Amino acid sequence: MNETRPVAEAGSAPVEPARSRAVLIWLLLPLAVLALAIAWLVTANPLSRFDNGAPPVENLTFERTILSDGGIDLLVRAGGSEPMTISQVQVDDAYWQFVQEPTGPLERGETAWIRLPYPWVLGEAHAVKMITNTGATFEHEIAVAVPTPVANAATLWSQMLLGAFVGIVPVAIGLMFYPALRGVGRAGMNFLLAMTVGLLVFLMIDAAGEAFELAGEAAAIFQGQAMVALAAAASFLLLMAAGRRGGTPAGLTLATFIALGIGLHNLGEGLAIGAAFAAGAAGLGTYLVLGFTIHNITEGIGIAAPMLKKRPPLWTFPALTLLAGGPAVLGLWIGSLAYAPQWSALALAIGAGAILQVVVEVSAYLARSDGRGTAALLSWPVMAGLAFGVTFMYGTAMLVKV
Amino acid sequence: MFEISDWLRTRLSRRMVLGAGLAAAGGSVVAAVGSAQEVNQPGYGGGKPHQGMAGSGHASSHGSSHGAMMTVGDVDEARNGFDTAKMLTEWETGTVSRLPDGRVLRTFQIDAVDKEIEIAPGVMFPAWTYNGRVPGPALRATEGERLRIVFRNFGSHPHSIHFHGIHSARMDGVPGAGVIDPGDEFVYEFDAKPFGCHFYHCHALPLKRHIHKGLYGLFVVDPDPERHPDQMQIARSRLLGTPENAEWQEFAMVMNAFDTNFDDENEIYAVNTVAHTYMKRPIPILRDRPVRVYLVNAVEFDPINSFHLHGNFYDYYDHGTTLTPTLRTVDTITQCQAQRGILEFSFKEHEPGLYMFHAHQSEFAELGWMSFFDVKEAVA
Repeated sequence: MNETRPVAEAGSAPVEPARSRAVLIWLLLPLAVLALAIAWLVTANPLSRFDNGAPPVENLTFERTILSDGGIDLLVRAGGSEPMTISQVQVDDAYWQFVQEPTGPLERGETAWIRLPYPWVLGEAHAVKMITNTGATFEHEIAVAVPTPVANAATLWSQMLLGAFVGIVPVAIGLMFYPALRGVGRAGMNFLLAMTVGLLVFLMIDAAGEAFELAGEAAAIFQGQAMVALAAAASFLLLMAAGRRGGTPAGLTLATFIALGIGLHNLGEGLAIGAAFAAGAAGLGTYLVLGFTIHNITEGIGIAAPMLKKRPPLWTFPALTLLAGGPAVLGLWIGSLAYAPQWSALALAIGAGAILQVVVEVSAYLARSDGRGTAALLSWPVMAGLAFGVTFMYGTAMLVKV
Repeated sequence: MFEISDWLRTRLSRRMVLGAGLAAAGGSVVAAVGSAQEVNQPGYGGGKPHQGMAGSGHASSHGSSHGAMMTVGDVDEARNGFDTAKMLTEWETGTVSRLPDGRVLRTFQIDAVDKEIEIAPGVMFPAWTYNGRVPGPALRATEGERLRIVFRNFGSHPHSIHFHGIHSARMDGVPGAGVIDPGDEFVYEFDAKPFGCHFYHCHALPLKRHIHKGLYGLFVVDPDPERHPDQMQIARSRLLGTPENAEWQEFAMVMNAFDTNFDDENEIYAVNTVAHTYMKRPIPILRDRPVRVYLVNAVEFDPINSFHLHGNFYDYYDHGTTLTPTLRTVDTITQCQAQRGILEFSFKEHEPGLYMFHAHQSEFAELGWMSFFDVKEAVA
């Protein structure tokens, strides 16, 4: 090596440009082959043998439905192998005049509004069927027709109140247990942290299930299942990395992460609720709202648990409440005014990933603060806490599951 | 806050046990969480007329008078190669020659052709056709003539022509007797009888598909007045080419439908193929001359079809095989698949205007089988 080194150094000046030229060539060559392949495919059409005369594959996804005094407006997204044309539209098995905006064939992935001046009937069901130029049909059911919320002060205010009752109020109530819980011993502490893990696991399963369900409704080009899995994994890894930058999170930091995870989950849920409203899926009863409030109180206790040995400043409590519960309001607004299943699925997937991060970190915190390490995770207060957390969530979910 | 979306997604009666609540838009959450026992439903506006409807862009004057319930746009008649307005009065009479015994030999030339046709504006249907049109040519002959139908199959599947008439088994157009492969030719030969309003269609298998793809048409046999001395005047009015017949305004109408997505349910209903075609271009008729409609039901998948005329009544000749009406003074008749008949009516006592006629299966009407007669004063 020692003998060759001077040679290399001596020749370094002329060799380096040659080396970079070679790299450049090796970069360009594969690209040139790709360009050639494309050119050949386009000009010579060697795949024409596969053209068996079948009509192009067509797909149409209904992303939004707006019912107003002007009739029914639908946002559709095309997913055909070729641009597709919506030729006629039926409402309840009758051809109805419509306006498409923008007009013309819809490219793959492109959206358009279909506006139908249809006299829909409050509280009843309607079915819209679109016929393309090839005669293929795509149906959309409006299960219960109610006017779609519009963005005015009254609507936003009502939705904020609803969001507050199902998102913010329970977290605030849960956090109010903080002073009472401060005195708990090690076993009690372990119980509370384990309960937090239990409720988070429940939330994670819930969010993931919901995300996959919504992903199924989204247009095929979004590849909903893969999108949900990747978004959850990405959010988990990103939050793990961010959380560990200053050592393993504990105390207020951990509480903040818990609040963030719950908040992201609530954002996704808010989107779904808002969308259900927008689609007129149902009204909402008092008992149901009350059920949500009780159901979500443990979220506040969970956030409080890692802070019990610290004495955080008072302002952190409203801040954490807003972080965990506020997104419900935001989700309701966005969901009812600008909904698409893929975005709700994405929000829920990110929420599921975030919750997984908190599950890992709270478990780690529990093991560390207990002093016995992972052995502590198998102690009876932890088992009892886990069981209580999951069971409480499952049990109270029965209040709201209809 | 979980499961709420699940809950909301389910179809629910607003009057369920959970009580009243918050109905989307204006529904106040205060009602939901607080007082709550009153349904807060912002009304749609119920019966008040729709602003958007009448004025909406594509509505023709006729369309808007019937709301916005109409297909959008126009069909390219030139590309289709047939015009529904002309189809009403286009009779295919073939070529005529004399047999050695002096009888008339009438020869028709019919080719089966695959063809994509536009059945509603922008909606293409991969049809099988007779002579490139759906319905096939409206054949017209006279009772007692010898008929010769030269049938060539240029399509992609075996086809035939099965005539509803009187003929031998060999000429029946069923598998083994006149169903021919692509590229082949067959000559059907029989006497034109009985007189009436008849039907022809492909009888290759599977039958449903061969019919609903477009292989059917009208086959009218006019009565020979000489054979009906008691009702000679009536028979003459039915015989194409006589001065008595020229008094009548005669229309060929085939009620048909198309299953565009092949799920065995029709998406498009019409008279003479194109949905709403006679709504957008009403059929002009002169008030002081009688009207005769040769009507056949070629709809598949639905057991029956019907013809209802607004503001008037008509006499009906089931199958057209009689010279006296089989039903008098009716405004609605039903026809099962392949049933047909002749309708005779007059608007002489009416004021001019648009008189609707349509299937009284409202579903068919709203999916395209709805039409207008435009009754006009005779031009001096």
